[in-house]
Amino acid sequence: MTTLDVPTRQGTATPDRPPPSPAAPSSAAPRPPARPRRTRSLTGEDVLALVGSIAASFSLVVIGYGHILDFSGILGFLVCWYVTFIALYVVVLAISLPRAIVVERVVTAMLYMAAAIVLFALGTTIVYTIGQGWRALDHLNFFTKDMSAVAPSAPLSQGGIYHAIVGTVVEVGIAVAVSVPLGLGTAVFMTEVGGRGSQLVRTVVEAMTALPEILAGLFVYAVLIVEFGMAKSGIAVAIAMAVTMTPIVARAGEVALRVVPGGLRDACGALGASHWKTVWKVVLPTAGPGLVTAVILAIARGIGETAVVLICANASNFLTYEPIGKPMNSLPLFIYTMYITHEPNAIVRAFGAASVLLFMVLALFVVARLLVRERKVR
Amino acid sequence: MTITAHPEVVPRQLTTTHAASDRIFHGAARTVGLFVLCMTGAIGVFLGYQSIPTLRHYGLHFFTQTQWQPELDHIGIAAVLVGTVEVALVALVVGFPFAFMVALFVSDYAPKRAKSWLVSAIDLMAAVPSIIYGLWGFYLLMPRATEVARWLSEYLSFIPIFKVNTDAHAAVWQQSRYTSSVFIAGLTVSMMTIPLACAVMRGVFDQAPAGEREAAMALGGTRWGGARMVVFPFAKGGIIGGTMLALGRALGETAAVLIIVSPDFTIKDRILEAGAQTTSALIAGNFGDATRSQLSALLTAGFVLFLITIIVNSAAAVVIRRSRSGALTEI
Repeated sequence: MTTLDVPTRQGTATPDRPPPSPAAPSSAAPRPPARPRRTRSLTGEDVLALVGSIAASFSLVVIGYGHILDFSGILGFLVCWYVTFIALYVVVLAISLPRAIVVERVVTAMLYMAAAIVLFALGTTIVYTIGQGWRALDHLNFFTKDMSAVAPSAPLSQGGIYHAIVGTVVEVGIAVAVSVPLGLGTAVFMTEVGGRGSQLVRTVVEAMTALPEILAGLFVYAVLIVEFGMAKSGIAVAIAMAVTMTPIVARAGEVALRVVPGGLRDACGALGASHWKTVWKVVLPTAGPGLVTAVILAIARGIGETAVVLICANASNFLTYEPIGKPMNSLPLFIYTMYITHEPNAIVRAFGAASVLLFMVLALFVVARLLVRERKVR
Repeated sequence: MTITAHPEVVPRQLTTTHAASDRIFHGAARTVGLFVLCMTGAIGVFLGYQSIPTLRHYGLHFFTQTQWQPELDHIGIAAVLVGTVEVALVALVVGFPFAFMVALFVSDYAPKRAKSWLVSAIDLMAAVPSIIYGLWGFYLLMPRATEVARWLSEYLSFIPIFKVNTDAHAAVWQQSRYTSSVFIAGLTVSMMTIPLACAVMRGVFDQAPAGEREAAMALGGTRWGGARMVVFPFAKGGIIGGTMLALGRALGETAAVLIIVSPDFTIKDRILEAGAQTTSALIAGNFGDATRSQLSALLTAGFVLFLITIIVNSAAAVVIRRSRSGALTEI
């Protein structure tokens, strides 16, 4: 696409500054400004083929799917429409166009559809969650009260998820405090220090980034809670979270450190700086936004970890700020415990908590995106 | 010009003595790295160690027994392993075309301005907590997907995997026979695998040599032609690796599966039929009231899951690394 842009841009530039050659008489009638050729315009025929195929496939499916095949359900309708549309579009294009262009057009249509379907699925996830949870989000007490002495089926004007929000923040906070120094330290070890063992560390860390969270939870449960008799608590959850977050921070941090130009390190060394000074004053600040993004993405992952909190925590109904010794709720655990009651009001509460969880992840993402943009501007 | 001819010429000994701060720095970084190595490695070692008594007690029956009935001393993971693999495969079969097409769309077809937004949307999709996908799958997707499942079983039941043990042609169909199935769990899990695979594939597609791509265009090729002849051969490793990474994620998925499937400890290939169980859902559902020996059995199941995911992920990492020497950009 860029290659096609280049000649058109030159085309626009030429008439502004005509070459000062003596052969071209300046008194000649001014040429109309050459408009750049539009390189990727759809002809009317193309538009007609597309619209016609969409309309024809829609009509066909309404008749075939709705009446002849005795098919119910909107999802199946969409699937049938998609398949019919592609088939019709191929036929319509093949009437007048060579094969390569038919393939190109159909692939383009399919790719747009695929992206639209995936975005639609993501959109329904967000909209449906917030829509279902709206009745709970509507109440201020949902954000400021806890569930002590409130049954899951109680009206939504009672109780709230403040204790779960606090629990999530405390647990993720501890997990971040543990996993960020460890993860970034490991990233520095892998990229800057190296030497014996760094390859082994890299292999293991890479394999562990995809460790199922439930195994980290099970590990902490079996070791700390069963073997050492620790209570199910926020600290157990935080440790399990840290176990899963550390490899993620380490790996993403390694990527951020690896793109720091080697010339900067060499220049630093040539000026006589020690290795430590080089890393601390040059490498880490240069990779700063990338490292912060890595940490933010790891936090987003930690906030949503459900399997860990299912295993390592007890769902308490009351507010506690103490991670040690006391049962501590958290948003994913709250959602799950509300879900398994199957009470209508509890389900609304679950969706309300899920919306809050989504907002947290979204907010982290906006921050990460702003940071990345800032890096580009510099 | 040999050393022996000039015995007085001795190469100068080059020794680097690090400053004290550097020695502390190196030591600290190495300590942290090795600590993380021990911490993560300990999981594998611990799970392996804990599974010894179980394997000694049940032997190979642990892998052939389908039931999980601790009170009868019938414990085995044959059914859950099959269920785990089935859910992951459904997620893969559904998710791969989407991940592939969206990755190609973002790298080659999307309007430039839409590109960065699409990348953010895919990243966001990867970060949506799995329990939210679970709720989405249970309340929004399931009622609609059961109708698709019924249609598939009605018209395609000659294919064994689409068969459902109920009367598909009944006037009033039994919707409950089609809920909580491997199919629906797999669809939901694919929501989590698509962004993961897509991010890896897009990363590799973007690295395909621009010169060759432009050469293909200059020769009059279409974008699809360029993608087929230049991008895909270059990105083959990334495509396979990203898919395997997604498979590893799907194998270990817990919360969404736990919400959707209804436990059923039988080996079956009828993916549309209600009832299934996966290893991680088994662990999450049974650890609470487990005695010490049952906990050991669950840890053994976890160890098997651990081995499978480690193998899949390591293979994926090797495939991706061989396909490109540059930096990995994904989590």
